[in-house]
Amino acid sequence: MNSSQMMALMPILMLSLTAMVLMIQASIKRDQNIAWWITAAGFLLTIWGAGYARDFAQSVTILLEVDDWGLFFSTLIVFASLVCLILSRETFSQEAERKEEYYLLLVLSVLGAVVLIQSSHMASLLLGMELMGVALYAMIAFPEKGELPLEAAIKYLVLSACASAMLLFGFALVYAATGDLTYAGIGAAADLAYGREPLVLMAGSAMILAGLGFKLSVVPFHMWTPDVYQGAPTPVTGFLATVSKGAVFVALSRFYLEAELYQYDTLIAALSVVAVASMLAGNWLALRQNNIKRLLAYSSIAHFGYLLVALIAMSIVQSIAQAQLVADAVTFYLTAYILTSLVAFAVVAQLSGEDDSKSMIDSFDGLFWRHPVQAMGLTVALLSFAGIPLTAGFIGKFYLINVAIQSQLWTLLIALILGSAIGIYYYLRFIFAMSKTSATTVKTQPETNLSAQNVLTTVLLILVLVLGSWPQPFVEFAGRL
Amino acid sequence: MLMINLILILLVGGVLALLSERLGETMPRKVALVVVLVDIVYLLSQLSAMPELTQLQAPVPDDPGTWLMHFKAQWIPAFGIHIEFALDGISLLMVMLTLVLGAIAVSSSWTDVTTKQGFFEANLLWTLAGVLGVFMALDLFLFFLFWEVMLIPMYFMIAIWGHENRGYAAMKFFIFTQASGLLMLVATLALVAVNQNATGVWSFSYFDLLHTSMTEQTGHWLMLGFFIAFVVKLPGFPFHTWLPDAHTQAPTAGSVILAGILLKTGAYGLIRFAVPLFPQAALDFSFVAMMLGVAGVVYGAVLAFAQTDFKRLVAYSSVSHMGFVLLGVYAWNELALQGAVMQMVAHGFSTAALFMIAGSLQERLHTRDMREMGGLWQQMPRMGAVAMFFVVASLGLPGLGNFVAEFLVLLGLFQANPWITAVAALGLITGAIYSLILMQRSFQGEPNARYDNHRLVDFAGREMLTMTVMMVALVVLGLYPQPVLDMAQPVLQSLLELTLVEITP
Repeated sequence: MNSSQMMALMPILMLSLTAMVLMIQASIKRDQNIAWWITAAGFLLTIWGAGYARDFAQSVTILLEVDDWGLFFSTLIVFASLVCLILSRETFSQEAERKEEYYLLLVLSVLGAVVLIQSSHMASLLLGMELMGVALYAMIAFPEKGELPLEAAIKYLVLSACASAMLLFGFALVYAATGDLTYAGIGAAADLAYGREPLVLMAGSAMILAGLGFKLSVVPFHMWTPDVYQGAPTPVTGFLATVSKGAVFVALSRFYLEAELYQYDTLIAALSVVAVASMLAGNWLALRQNNIKRLLAYSSIAHFGYLLVALIAMSIVQSIAQAQLVADAVTFYLTAYILTSLVAFAVVAQLSGEDDSKSMIDSFDGLFWRHPVQAMGLTVALLSFAGIPLTAGFIGKFYLINVAIQSQLWTLLIALILGSAIGIYYYLRFIFAMSKTSATTVKTQPETNLSAQNVLTTVLLILVLVLGSWPQPFVEFAGRL
Repeated sequence: MLMINLILILLVGGVLALLSERLGETMPRKVALVVVLVDIVYLLSQLSAMPELTQLQAPVPDDPGTWLMHFKAQWIPAFGIHIEFALDGISLLMVMLTLVLGAIAVSSSWTDVTTKQGFFEANLLWTLAGVLGVFMALDLFLFFLFWEVMLIPMYFMIAIWGHENRGYAAMKFFIFTQASGLLMLVATLALVAVNQNATGVWSFSYFDLLHTSMTEQTGHWLMLGFFIAFVVKLPGFPFHTWLPDAHTQAPTAGSVILAGILLKTGAYGLIRFAVPLFPQAALDFSFVAMMLGVAGVVYGAVLAFAQTDFKRLVAYSSVSHMGFVLLGVYAWNELALQGAVMQMVAHGFSTAALFMIAGSLQERLHTRDMREMGGLWQQMPRMGAVAMFFVVASLGLPGLGNFVAEFLVLLGLFQANPWITAVAALGLITGAIYSLILMQRSFQGEPNARYDNHRLVDFAGREMLTMTVMMVALVVLGLYPQPVLDMAQPVLQSLLELTLVEITP
């Protein structure tokens, strides 16, 4: 490995360094504040490192592929982790027990996510996913006193283990069929292998997709989602929804594109069923949710259903321009989804804290008049999820509809529209609750001071709005990735 | 720039109204009124820069240079999306209607809204801004954006300041229009893709899309996407069910804007987009559309007759009246189109006034149920007389605007389909029945004993002034409709020519 390759690994190195410093710090003096600042500085350094590494983009050994696309998502995911870190400070400062470990776990989990994003080999895929996942189990169960976090962590652990087993079995089958473990190698050997052993190859790929689909919680692998979302501490839920899911989707797209899985009708048919089921079931099940965290869980199921439409469209792509459109659609939608989720979880974390009853719809009554900034944030986030113009979510949906029309995927398009139409209802329910006026809300003085919470929400909110109303710079940027 | 400024004034004005609440409880409504009036004055002052209105040259639909005004700037070049506004006679007419009714709506909220006035007036102004955008935007993406975004402040107006069942009504309103809007978005994108295949240009501009050639089947599907979105808003039978709830539950100013302006965006969309973009498909579809229109006329009237709720009755009467617009548009000849445009203006005033009367009654009696009214004329003669005027306007008394409109529609429709005309003419009779029932149950008959000991306050200066504006407007429209017809005529003429060329004989 030469020095240029080391430079390309800058974000990973920075995160590893942060983890080491955190461990050393814990052995010298245990202090939550210092740990927090080290982590924050580490994340900022990683973001710088990701920018720095752009000049050295190349594949580093056969395990990692450092490219602009991966570096962009690494940056985004570290940014999301930074937001979760800011939210965690508030949440975990209330519990007296030791909590430096939490920051260590967070850094390790992000490290896993970044490896996952840049993986180009089955081994690094598994390594990244496990590192991210194992740290995440502990983060979910971190509050020692509650029952819900423990239940959520166990549920996630057991089902994750099943998914990993499935993934490994899938690797084995694909290796048996193609004799290669790199994505590109599989892509090159797959044609021949398909002629020789179609069943083994298909079963292997399907199991890999299922293993990844579990982490993305697409139907029918979605059962764990609402309970884990609800049980985990809110900043961790935010982390799970943005960092974990985002990284897995990037890895899935890479594997799917480089191994050229879109050539196989069987897989496309299976993916289409999964996409339609996710869009419809996710939205349908969200209808009756009164807990905002459960609602966001179901809505995320639907959103990954929407995203799958873009991947499926790859199978029908005829020109380079169309392939570029699909790639842009994935980049944009995922970015919009991550930013929007961050706004939503920032608001929920700040309002509800760890009190589960405060995540219920009743506690959002009249929020506009009590916490206007937070209410605005949640409203814009929900509108962005629903795909209303001027928000990032709308441009994302615009991309997906465009992709679906160009590829003439009418069934998926109908499911997308039906899903979106159903979705409006449950997003509006929360907006309606927030706008309720009652005798008490008329009198209370709205809280609009310049607290860190309000500033964080405002910054994220502006990002979502700018991305939705002036997407040109980002579209150009994404087009060059 | 005029067009952008018109919208910006309202947007900024909304923020000002919101902030002005800190200066005093009653400041927002004053600020809002000033903002709308400034907008009107600004528009009038700029009119002189335009060609003489009575001698409008016929704007060629596909040549923006011939329009009264045209503005185009880059927005999202990656998608070929522009900020493109243009103004012709019909848009100008609708913009004027919007602003005048906007001022009237602010006036109607004067005493009606008591909580969070700043946010209310802000929402009102933002809705107006969105509607202006709809009437002027000629980039289909921009049009869609305004179409959707104007729903949000309207949603808040119903959801926060509405009556007892506001949550349900606001939700229904939003879901109906939003879901149908999605269909329009899909149809727009598909149209743009079809156009790109044919010409190689990826553009959302109305002027580029007008002559898109497509197969008959594609045309039918795309036209349906637009048609459903517009007919839901219109509202046409059978997509009207959101309307009675939304209108009934909305606060008075909300009802005024909904009935007076928002419904017209649907009609405008049909005239501007649904037919000219897909002339052949629209022609093939016209029989179905006219059947829906005539069904709306009769069904709306029958349901209106059965209501006991004052506002609900007026709301169903809107379904009936807007049926005439649908008929006029799909008869697609000059007389009928003139009638449709006229109906948009006249119905805007007459219904807005009736909703204001309903609002005033609710404010005084705390009910909208007509069974608890009766003989109100005795206590409130001025209100009774005003109500009488607008009720007879609504039933189509000759000499008032609505009569001219409905008469023109029927006249034009007769050339297209005499049988449908015969059924639609029933609407005039049923209209008379439900309108007079409304008058009789509320203002005439035995005075309800409940109000013997109450002193009900009659209309005073502010209310009479607002009402007079609308009465004068209707009388002028009825006796001398020529200026309005002149404004619309060149546009309709050129639209007709455009579509005739496109349709294969």
